[in-house]
Amino acid sequence: MTFTAQFDDVLTWSGVSAATPTEEMNGAGNLMDFLDEPFPDVGTYEDFHTIDWLREKSRDTDRHRKITSKSKESIWELIKSLLDAWSGWVVMLLIGLLSGTLAGVIDLAVDWMTDLKEGVCLSAFWYSHEQCCWTSNETTFDDRDKCPQWQKWAELMTGHAEGAGAYVLNYFLYILWALLFSFLAVSLVRVFAPYACGSGIPEIKTILSGFIIRGYLGKWTLLIKTVTLVLAVSSGLSLGKEGPLVHVACCCGNLFCSLFSKYSKNEGKRREVLSAAAAAGVSVAFGAPIGGVLFSLEEVSYYFPLKTLWRSFFAALVAAFTLRSINPFGNSRLVLFYVEYHTPWYMAELVPFILLGVFGGLWGTLFIRANIAWCRRRKTTQLGKYPVLEVIAVTGITAVLAYPNPYTRRSTSELISELFNDCGALESSQLCDYINNSNMSRPVDDIPDRPLALALIFKIVITIFTFGMKIPSGLFIPSMAVGAIAGRIVGIAVEQMAYHHHDWIIFKNWCRPGADCVTPGLYAMVGAAACLGGVTRMTVSLVVIMFELTGGLEYIVPLMAAAVTSKWVADAFGKEGIYESHIQLNGYPYLDVRDEFTHRTLATDVMRPRRNDPPLAVLTQDSTTVEDVETLIKDTDYNGFPVVVSRESERLIGFVQRRDLTLAIKNARQKQDGVVSSSVVYFTEDAPQLLASNPQPLKLRRILNLSPFTVTDHTPMETVVDIFRKLGLRQCLVTRSGRLLGIITKKDVLRHMAQMMNQDPESIMFN
Amino acid sequence: SNLTDVNIGVKTLKCHLWCDFTRNSEDIRCKCICPPYRDIEGQIYNQNVSLKDCNCLHVVEPMPVDGKDVEAYCLRCECKYEERSSDTIKVTIIIYLSILGLLLLYMVYLTLLEPMLKRRLFGHSQLIQSDDDVGDQQPFANAHNVLSRSHSRPNMLNKVEHAQQRWRRQVQEQRKSVFDRHVVLS
Repeated sequence: MTFTAQFDDVLTWSGVSAATPTEEMNGAGNLMDFLDEPFPDVGTYEDFHTIDWLREKSRDTDRHRKITSKSKESIWELIKSLLDAWSGWVVMLLIGLLSGTLAGVIDLAVDWMTDLKEGVCLSAFWYSHEQCCWTSNETTFDDRDKCPQWQKWAELMTGHAEGAGAYVLNYFLYILWALLFSFLAVSLVRVFAPYACGSGIPEIKTILSGFIIRGYLGKWTLLIKTVTLVLAVSSGLSLGKEGPLVHVACCCGNLFCSLFSKYSKNEGKRREVLSAAAAAGVSVAFGAPIGGVLFSLEEVSYYFPLKTLWRSFFAALVAAFTLRSINPFGNSRLVLFYVEYHTPWYMAELVPFILLGVFGGLWGTLFIRANIAWCRRRKTTQLGKYPVLEVIAVTGITAVLAYPNPYTRRSTSELISELFNDCGALESSQLCDYINNSNMSRPVDDIPDRPLALALIFKIVITIFTFGMKIPSGLFIPSMAVGAIAGRIVGIAVEQMAYHHHDWIIFKNWCRPGADCVTPGLYAMVGAAACLGGVTRMTVSLVVIMFELTGGLEYIVPLMAAAVTSKWVADAFGKEGIYESHIQLNGYPYLDVRDEFTHRTLATDVMRPRRNDPPLAVLTQDSTTVEDVETLIKDTDYNGFPVVVSRESERLIGFVQRRDLTLAIKNARQKQDGVVSSSVVYFTEDAPQLLASNPQPLKLRRILNLSPFTVTDHTPMETVVDIFRKLGLRQCLVTRSGRLLGIITKKDVLRHMAQMMNQDPESIMFN
Repeated sequence: SNLTDVNIGVKTLKCHLWCDFTRNSEDIRCKCICPPYRDIEGQIYNQNVSLKDCNCLHVVEPMPVDGKDVEAYCLRCECKYEERSSDTIKVTIIIYLSILGLLLLYMVYLTLLEPMLKRRLFGHSQLIQSDDDVGDQQPFANAHNVLSRSHSRPNMLNKVEHAQQRWRRQVQEQRKSVFDRHVVLS
C-alpha cells in the first residue's frame, strides 16, 4: 500500500492512459479494482469541444516512458521502440507523397477541364489546348495558340470558326459548361460531404488550436474536396485552389495518423502532424517548400515546436518532389507563373511600389469588410437557404461578364502568368501590343488600359461574392490577380511616362530614350504581393512565397516594401485578416496569440458564478451519491465539476470532466454489482467509513484530475489570458485562501475579450 | 571505329528496352521561337531532338537566311527543351473522369432512386415516421428508421448496411450544421 501511495504522489495526473504501475501493484482481490481499467472511450473528446493539451502531453510522456523502459528488455522491444521513434518520419513521407500526387491530379484535371469550356481536342479528348497543339507543326508565330487538332465548339458543331454566329454559340456553350461544372460541384458537396465547402483554413486554424470538428478531416471530405475543387476552379469562378489544397493535405495527414496509435490516440501529437501537413499543402500549391513551412508557422499553426519545423520541411520537400515528378505543366516547373527575368529595378521605382502597397492594404480592408458582411447576410437571412441556387447564379453572372473580356475569359492562373511576364521580342501576348519600338510605329491606342481596368473592377466585385460559397474556394489566386492587374496598369503607366517624358529629372539618370527601363511585369508581381498581404496579413511567408514563385531574389526589397506598406495600411483599419475574421464570424473558440490584452481587470471580474447566479455546481469528495451526480449531469450542461472536501469547507481537491463522469457511472452500473442510485461516490484513496447496510460505494479517483490550474481572485486578467494561451487550458479555477470561489472557462475569457474590444460577446458560440 | 559502332549499338539497344517504357518519342521536343528579322516573318520550329541538340542550328530547318546572317538570326531565337508524359495525362484524366462518374451515379441513386425503391418496398408508412425532419426531402432522411430495424441478424451484409447508415447519419448531421443552422463554415 505504501508503494501505491508513493506513486499517487508522483503522478500528478492520475489520468486514463493504459495500465499504470498503480493498478499492477494493487493485487488484493478488491472488487473495485476493475474500475481501474481504462474505461471505453474515456479520454476522447466530444465533437465541438476543446482538447486538454496538458493531458495529451502527459499521456504522450507516459507512453514514451513506457516504451523506453520496455526497450531494455529484449531485442524485439528495442526494435519496437525504434519503429515508434521513426513513425513520425514515415507519416511525413506518406503525407508528402499523397499530397503531391493529389496536387498533380488536380492540376492536370483543372488544365483539361478549363479548356473544355471553349473547345475539345479531336485527336485525343484528354488533352488540353496546349497539350493538343504540342506536336503540331502548323502553329505560326502570330497565332501560336491555334492548331487544327483543337477546335472550338462552334467550329465543331457548325463548321464556322469566325463570325457573329460562332461567337454567340461559343459564348452560350461557355456559360453552359460553367453552369454544369458548378452545379455538379455544389451537388456533390451537399450530398456527400458538406464539410468540403469553403476554404478550410479558418477551420484548420481552429482545429490546430485544440478544437475538435469530427469529420472535417475525414476520408469522404478528402475525396469530395479533391473532386469538387477541380470542378469549381474549371467553372471559371473567381476562386483559387491554394486554401483547399491545405485542407486536402491536412486530410491526408489525418488519414495517415490513423495508421499509428502514437498519433491516432493522442490529439496533441496529431496536431503536430497536421501542422506539417499544412506546410506540405502550401508547398504543392505554390511550388514553395520554404514558403509553405513559414506559412504553416505564421498563419495556420498554434503551437509550433522546433521538432515540427524540421518535419514540416521534410513533408514539404517530399510533396514538391512528388509533384515535380508527375510534371503537370510539361516543363519541370511546379507552378504556372514561374518567371525568369532578371532586369534590375531602380530606387525611384520604390514610390510606385509603395503606392501599390497602399492599394493592396486598402483593397484588403475593403474585401474583408464586404465579404464578412455578405457572409453574415448568408448566415442570417433567406439567402442561406438556397445554396445551390446561389452558386448557379454567381457562376452564371461570372461567366456572362467574363467571356467578352479576353483577360477574364481565361483561367486566373493563366492571366497572372501573362501579367507577370515581361514583354520581350518573342511575346505574342495582347499585353505587349503597344510596345514602343522606335523601329516600328504602333498606335498608342493599343495600350490595353480599358480591358485591364474593366477586368480589375470585375474581379474586385465578383470575388467578394464568391469566397465563402458552398463549394471549395480559395482566395490566394483571386487576390494575386487583382494585385497583378493593378500592378501592371501602374507599370504600363510608369513605362509610358518614362518613354514620353524621358527628359524629366527622375528618368534622366536611369532611362535612356528608347531603352527598356521599366518592367511592368515586376510591378504586377509587387501588386500581387501587396494585395495578398493586405487580405491575409502574411508577412515573412508572403515574401518567401513570392520569391520562390518567381525565382527573383533581386526583387526581395520591392516585395518587402509593398508587403510592409500593405500590412500597415490594412492594420490601420482593422487588426484581423480574412481568416481571423471568418473565425470570429463563426464564433469558434480561438484565442489568438497575436491579440494583446491590455486592460486592468481581475480574475474576480470574469469568473462565474457572478453575483446573481446560482452557486457553483460542485461534487464533494465522499458524500455525493450516484443519484445526485446523475441529477447534476442532467440538470446542467457544464463541461466539468470541481471536487471539494465538503460543502462547508469548500477546499479544492480536483476537477472532473463531465464526459468521464457519465461514462464511468454508466460503466459502473453495467459492470459492477451493488452499485445503485444511493451508492456514495468517493474520490479519496480509501473508501469512507460507512455502515454495512449501505450499498457499495463507487471509487472514481481514477477520473479525477488532481492538479487543476488555479489562480487567486486578484490575479490580473492579463496573466490569466496568458496562461490560457500558453498552456492551452480549457478552464481555470479561482480560489481565495484555499477556498474555491468560482471558475473561468475559455468561453468566458473570449467573451470578456470581446466585450473589452466592444464586440458582441454573445457571438462566441462554442465552448 | 568498329568498337565505337558496337558501343553505339549497345547504347541504342539499352535505350530501346528502357526508353520505350518511359517516354514516347513524341513526348520530347525542342521548341525554337524566332522573331521577325528584316523581311522574314516570325516562325516557330518544333523537333524531337535531345537536350544537347536543342539549339538554333539543329532545329531551325530550313534556315531562312544564309551564311553570315545565320549567327545574327540565331542570336534572336530562343530555344527551349520541353518534355511531357502523355501517358500520365491520359491515365490521370481517365481516372478522374471515372471517379467523378461513379460519384455522380451514386448521387443519382441516393437522391432519386433509393427513395423511390423504398417507397415501393415499404409503402407509405415508413416515410411518415421520419422523426424530426417532417417534409425533409434531403437524402438520408429516414436513416434513423433503417438503423433501428437492422438489429436482428449480425451477418456481413447487415454490418455493411449498418456502417452505411451510420455514415449517412453523420453526413446528415454535417449538413444540418453547415446548411441549415449555419453553425460552421458560413
